[in-house]
Amino acid sequence: MQALYAQLLVGLINGSFYALLSLGLAVIFGMLNIINFAHGALYMMGAFVAYFLLNLGGINYWWALLLAPIIVGIFGMILERTMLQWLTGLDHLYGLLLTFGIALIVQGVFQNYFGSSGLPYAIPDQLKGGMNLGFMFLPIYRGWVVIFSLVVCIATWFLIEKTRLGAYLRAATENPTLVRAFGINVPRMITLTYGLGVGLAALAGVLSAPINQVRPLMGADLIIVVFAVVVIGGMGSIMGSIITGFALGVIEGLTKYFYPEASNTVVFVLMVLVLLVKPTGLTGRAA
Amino acid sequence: MKTKSIASFLLGTALAVTITGVAFAQDKTVKIGALSDQSGLYADLGGPGSTLAAQLAVEDSGLAAKGWKIDIISGDHQNKPDIGTAIARQWFDVDKVDVIVDVPNSGVALAVNNVIKEKNGVYINSGAATSDLTNAQCSPNTVHWTYDTYMLAHTTGQALVKAGGDTWFFLTADYAFGAALERDTTAVVSANGGKVVGGVKHPLNTPDFSSFLLQAQASKAKIIGLANAGGDTTNSIKQAAEFGIVKGGQKLAALLLFLTDVKAIGLETAQGLNFTETFYWDMDDKTRAFSKRFADKMKNNAPPTMVQAGVYAGLRHYFKALEALGGNPHDGVKVVEKMKSMPTEDDLFGKGLIQPNGRTIHNAYLFEVKKPSESKGPWDFYKLVGTVPGDQAFTPLAESKCALLKK
Repeated sequence: MQALYAQLLVGLINGSFYALLSLGLAVIFGMLNIINFAHGALYMMGAFVAYFLLNLGGINYWWALLLAPIIVGIFGMILERTMLQWLTGLDHLYGLLLTFGIALIVQGVFQNYFGSSGLPYAIPDQLKGGMNLGFMFLPIYRGWVVIFSLVVCIATWFLIEKTRLGAYLRAATENPTLVRAFGINVPRMITLTYGLGVGLAALAGVLSAPINQVRPLMGADLIIVVFAVVVIGGMGSIMGSIITGFALGVIEGLTKYFYPEASNTVVFVLMVLVLLVKPTGLTGRAA
Repeated sequence: MKTKSIASFLLGTALAVTITGVAFAQDKTVKIGALSDQSGLYADLGGPGSTLAAQLAVEDSGLAAKGWKIDIISGDHQNKPDIGTAIARQWFDVDKVDVIVDVPNSGVALAVNNVIKEKNGVYINSGAATSDLTNAQCSPNTVHWTYDTYMLAHTTGQALVKAGGDTWFFLTADYAFGAALERDTTAVVSANGGKVVGGVKHPLNTPDFSSFLLQAQASKAKIIGLANAGGDTTNSIKQAAEFGIVKGGQKLAALLLFLTDVKAIGLETAQGLNFTETFYWDMDDKTRAFSKRFADKMKNNAPPTMVQAGVYAGLRHYFKALEALGGNPHDGVKVVEKMKSMPTEDDLFGKGLIQPNGRTIHNAYLFEVKKPSESKGPWDFYKLVGTVPGDQAFTPLAESKCALLKK
């Protein structure tokens, strides 16, 4: 039983990465209608920016949490301005192919210069060590990841669903022409939204840097699972993707305990089951 | 009109003479295929560095000056046996490759082994670990150069059991390599009076090991054996530190650890780990000289790993065999027989030999990862703890099930 609690907690930790990443994807898909395959590459860039900030600029983890999302977010906005914006109104496939291409290029460039086995990034001193919870030894850093990403997820949900700005955004997705008639700069808003989604990916990257290696392919390994999370949660649903992210982390954690060989397929089995029963995803509305 | 047709007749005869002339002379063209993981989790320990090692081997062989024409092509097997065998087949059928080198990932290596045997090529494997390549699945076309799972088990594994680590829990990569390493290590643990109390098989390329590490922690085993490699090993070690496993009194056995892995983990976390390799760049003047040449040509200035060193040394020996044969390098079995008949000697692995089953025998070295304060340079990572002579490190012929030995 103790082991089970521990696995549940570990699942939640992984779930927080899924949640943060799928949240960014859901925001981008919901607002821009773009299936952002570059998300994994941008997540990886977040981790690398944190690494550079520390090793080249001596800027610590805490500043990286703030700066990396901004830097990568700006990179994302440049992508949106120069490339993605021309795809408005076209089939989803175009966005998917373009962002997939971008992901391959970005990963290739990083791999060319940094190899594939990764660079070390130490856990910040304040979060080193762990505590004994009785049923498991919880590294403080992991606890921090769960709490921090929960806060970020809820803040994002609040921003989009409960504030005036979020209302504009949602309105602009429904009917851009009408919203523009009210004097709101819709293209700029869309660019900023993409920047926000990308920033969330970069933030997840910084969070994961001390746990995993800072590797060019760290995003590519994760992104497929995250897409499954978004599909299960319902494309474009903010709350759906947060809840599914955490839930799937837990389910995956339990699989690792009961039948480890299946741990990297269980998410996809679930995806198939959900799609068979409810093709719009768990919280999705019929289009 | 008539003079013209006579001229073309003469030209035709001349051409025919030239062609038969070539056929009579010794054929001195060789094509090398460097098949590796060029972009995945094993790319840094083999990958582009192995291709570079092959190029250096060609340069140093001096065969070009003796009329040989040697080409190198490279391919990415992406850690998938089907892709690996498809490339190998194309190389033999279309590109006329004579020798395939490197091939990390035991799953791919065993699959490619069959293709090379079928096509009568030469296989100098450096990157793969499975001892099956020269045991149950041995082939007259194969030389397994650098290391194998038997050697890892009988060096690192044995040393740990003898030091009191008598209960083991395995974290095993769920494919041919992990299974072979766990099998060989389990045999050593049992033979020395130890016990395996449990284990878990994880998928290849797992980013998060916390679930598995918790199970290892709960098992209370004294040693957690990492029967995995590359990124899987670095992630296991890093996350084990995070979960306080080493502080809690359990010891990690990194059964297979490469130079690039230590770099990725960082000395802070990796210090004190014991493991075995057959080559390290900083052994003596000869290895340092080669490593400097190598590093200068690498994009990130990394010195060679033992896998890349094995590609170089294996090819150097292959070239010596070709020179001894004088030409016609296309009969794989014949070339490998020649390689086995000559003792091996090179700057990187020293003196050794190739057993009839294809296993190269050379010294293995027990290393310990240095403390950050002991490290003097960007790649100064290892302290030599002990040397195991080749005949004690690798499978004794009497224990080998290789069919080639029953002749």
